[in-house]
Amino acid sequence: MSAWAYPAGAVETARAVRAGELRAREVVAAALGRIGRFEGALHCFLTVTADAALTAADAVDAVVAAGGDPGPLAGVPIALKDNLCTRGIPTTAGSHILENWVPPYDATVVKAVAAAGAVAVGKTNLDEFAMGSSTENSAYGPTRNPWDPTRVPGGSSGGSAAAVAAGLVPLALGSDTGGSVRQPASLCGVVGVKPTYGLVSRYGLIAFASSLDQIGPFAATVADAAALLDVIAGHDPADSTSLDVALEPVSRQLGRGVAGLRVGLISDFLVDASPSCVAAVREAAAVLAGAGATVEEVAVPALMLGLSAYYLVAPAEASSNLARYDGVRYGLRVDGPDVTQMNGRSRSAGFGPEVKRRIMLGTYVLSAGYYDAYYGQAQRVRTLVARGFAEAYERFDVLIGPTSPTVAFEIGAKTQDPLAMYLSDLYTIPTNLAGHPAVSVPFALSEGLPVGVQVLAPALGEGPMFRAAAVVEAGADAAARGPIEPHAAGAVR
Amino acid sequence: MPGLSEAFSRDDVVYVARLARLDLDRGEVDLYAAQLASIIDHVAAVTGLDTSDVPATAHPLELVNVLRPDIPGPTLPRDEVLARAPLAESGRFRVPPILGEAP
Amino acid sequence: MTANGPVAPGWETVVGLEVHCELLTATKLFCSCPNAFGSEPNTNVCPVCLGLPGSLPVLNARAVEFAMRIGTALGSSIEPSVFHRKNYFYPDMPKDYQISQYDAPINVGGHIELADGSLVGIVRAHIEEDTGKTTHVGGGGRIHDADYSLVDYNRAGVPLVEIVSAPDIRGAEQARGYVNELRAILIATGTSDGRMEEGSLRVDANISVRRRGDAEYGTRCEVKNLNSLRSLGRAIEYEAARQIALLEAGGRVVQETRHWNEEEGRTSSLRSKEEAFDYRYFTEPDLVPLAPAAAQIAAVAAELGPLPAARRHRLAEIVARDGGPAPVEQLATVVVLGLDDLVFGAAACGADPRLALARAANEAANRVDAARGLDPASFAELVKLEAAGSLTATQSKSVLVAMLDGGGEPAAIATRLGFEALDATELEAAIDATIAAHPAEWERYLAGDAKVAQFLLGDVMRVTKGRANGKAVAASFAARRS
Repeated sequence: MSAWAYPAGAVETARAVRAGELRAREVVAAALGRIGRFEGALHCFLTVTADAALTAADAVDAVVAAGGDPGPLAGVPIALKDNLCTRGIPTTAGSHILENWVPPYDATVVKAVAAAGAVAVGKTNLDEFAMGSSTENSAYGPTRNPWDPTRVPGGSSGGSAAAVAAGLVPLALGSDTGGSVRQPASLCGVVGVKPTYGLVSRYGLIAFASSLDQIGPFAATVADAAALLDVIAGHDPADSTSLDVALEPVSRQLGRGVAGLRVGLISDFLVDASPSCVAAVREAAAVLAGAGATVEEVAVPALMLGLSAYYLVAPAEASSNLARYDGVRYGLRVDGPDVTQMNGRSRSAGFGPEVKRRIMLGTYVLSAGYYDAYYGQAQRVRTLVARGFAEAYERFDVLIGPTSPTVAFEIGAKTQDPLAMYLSDLYTIPTNLAGHPAVSVPFALSEGLPVGVQVLAPALGEGPMFRAAAVVEAGADAAARGPIEPHAAGAVR
Repeated sequence: MPGLSEAFSRDDVVYVARLARLDLDRGEVDLYAAQLASIIDHVAAVTGLDTSDVPATAHPLELVNVLRPDIPGPTLPRDEVLARAPLAESGRFRVPPILGEAP
Repeated sequence: MTANGPVAPGWETVVGLEVHCELLTATKLFCSCPNAFGSEPNTNVCPVCLGLPGSLPVLNARAVEFAMRIGTALGSSIEPSVFHRKNYFYPDMPKDYQISQYDAPINVGGHIELADGSLVGIVRAHIEEDTGKTTHVGGGGRIHDADYSLVDYNRAGVPLVEIVSAPDIRGAEQARGYVNELRAILIATGTSDGRMEEGSLRVDANISVRRRGDAEYGTRCEVKNLNSLRSLGRAIEYEAARQIALLEAGGRVVQETRHWNEEEGRTSSLRSKEEAFDYRYFTEPDLVPLAPAAAQIAAVAAELGPLPAARRHRLAEIVARDGGPAPVEQLATVVVLGLDDLVFGAAACGADPRLALARAANEAANRVDAARGLDPASFAELVKLEAAGSLTATQSKSVLVAMLDGGGEPAAIATRLGFEALDATELEAAIDATIAAHPAEWERYLAGDAKVAQFLLGDVMRVTKGRANGKAVAASFAARRS
């Protein structure tokens, strides 16, 4: 169902704009109008850049009028998670410590989407420094799930997921370190992709855990997500961990079907998931089998070690990445009689509790005497997770499982218990540890709330992964996916 | 290896908070100590695993030798550099007195 | 071996030096900002070296090549290596961690031969990034009484190689010799200009003492703030004396970092209330490992010219052919100044190497640039004239100065300066004149008075306006007496 005043979908919108059938300005104005209507209730955005967006839209139209090609995403409104640096536009990482910080440079992906003709309309809300699974850790208040405003949209990229789910924009970018694109995608009924580590440049992404972070697309459909991934993927000399490989654009591979594809259903992931999440996965497996894939259950017990290893490695890297927020060069400064006290006061005032917890946890696991038992051990467990996947991928081309153990939970339900919150990432974390790609596809509704199914692939396996995702999407409940008109409280259930 | 019941004591919180430049009051120290002890307890499941013949993964990639040529590139204009500085003076970042020398 | 200054008898000073060298690359270690000295504050910065959120490091290929040159010159083994983060807070650190190398450095082992022939082992040499610079305002510009500080990040991210010596150094003089030799090696490899006063070469000293004959090392202290060779030497002597006095009085040396105060001439403890630094090293996740190919390592070695020690040896060899030892100081000076090719060239033209070395080490050393451009054949001509007795030593030096200041050939200059050698007839006539003018003194000489010979010689020199060759005059006197 089209929730916009303009063609549904990014690919179709871009086609129409390039063909001169539609003006970018109309598209962007419609998006801004929709944002204006629903932002108050949803709080997806921390900054809306209306003037800049209309100016960019006009530039796209001018190129078309002159007979040129503004790019494959011409005129498509896009929202950017507020941990992506945007030159001249405030970038907060959802934290008070960067309140009013304006970067003097653009992230590589920001430049890439602009060069493709997409029009950024604003920066979206997130858990502070991308640490969280509900967007409740934002220093600027939570985002609400468009399917039920008393519930979380997931996190940490909740703002981006909700913005696409509510039809405010057709495309958004988020970041995924332990599931922060896929899990909110599942909770909001949209498509969310974590690419192979190194496929998308991290230059300009405010770092959380460097060996795990990846930027990924949100869209309402697999085809739109593929189009956005094709634009942002590619080697970047400014990122030493960027892969220099020629990957066939996934948009072109989407329709090739799954005949003969070997699909493994991760049985370990079914144990703690809610019945509706398990049912969705089995249903999706049947859809794939019906389309010619072979589907078998597979046990990959090593993956269950992932959560523990992640909560040792990620905070360790984060504790170092966040040291630079010291009140000296930028960001919040709370003065003190000497530098050390100034550092301490600024960081205490600027960081929220979850960030402080992870910094302390990370400092602890790296500290003298504990390094080998905790951090060193976690890096070795990481190898075990990778080996588990490697063994599975000898027999299968892709794996499937639930994205999240549950549907969207109520705002406030898990904020008192950090560990309960961490369990939201049980099925997404192993992928980050191995550096593999995965995608969440909206599949079913459970008592009115979306349930996503996750497709996983080995490194650089985006091709088969998207082919499987397209088939899963085709067999999904159409009512289970966005964009939707945001529901009023109590409208669901 | 630290015993689980000793993991993340109040003293540990005070130590890491100082290392990480986080000022905590007494109540916060107690609260975080309880939360962090419980988290470490849970994740410590992996510390008992036998990984004696397993190499560490520092990186999901197998890249080596990523280098760039020694050619000067653009710098930031100083006024942009200092524009977001909490406090600047004479083209430099100003900070309160530094008590010790660098290590 | 080496004289290392006064140390209480029965005690030995043990020193290891950590030397940081700024590399002469065009850009910084992890970004393309210019690596330049003396620019306006905060004008050579970018998101990477400022540590802005979202920035990432990319390694400078030339810095790696320079590090490999240094490792080769030190005789190190060039190994696969990784980068680590060294985490600590300090305002001159843009990221509040330094990217360095911890337990897998690029260069492992090695040694240097100093000018005096002694050997000092090298433990390792690794790559790391430099910090920014702080200036302290108020309180006389010193950190301890300042009102506030100002930070300039132009230097942040400049490539450094840190060279760690073994504790093989036994005193102040050898320490200075080590730094001088290291500097000469860095200059010879083109990797650094080694200027201590400008900060492109920074030295920290680890100093301990032990009773002579003890196999174990004593507890060491690290001494920082050594801004010149003089400070280095003075600090070693002071600190050794301090530790010896402490131990002789029954105390213990506390392992700590101490600060050298040049004005007061002493070290003081930096024991602030800071905790011992827990750097929490872990592998840098934003960089990938370095694995230099064997071909590249070989290419770096092949391109390296002869190092100072090798050049001293080659020079010593030709000088010592006449059977006498080669003078160590002259060898060191000539090699450091890059004048050894001049000496070799002159020797190849038939000049006496020992004499050529002496002239190069003294007169030419004062006019180095001109000396480096001097034609070895002309230089050889001059040396030969002096060796043959056609020019006195004094005259030879004057001619050399003239050649260096204004060019020209030695014979022509000698003529112009009136230094023509006296032929035998003229010489005898001059001696006759002197004898005639001082008959009493001549009688005393004939009677065996050796001292008066000097007076007579001086008179001959006066009469001939310095053109007489002293040896020839003495020989003639002796012949007339017999």
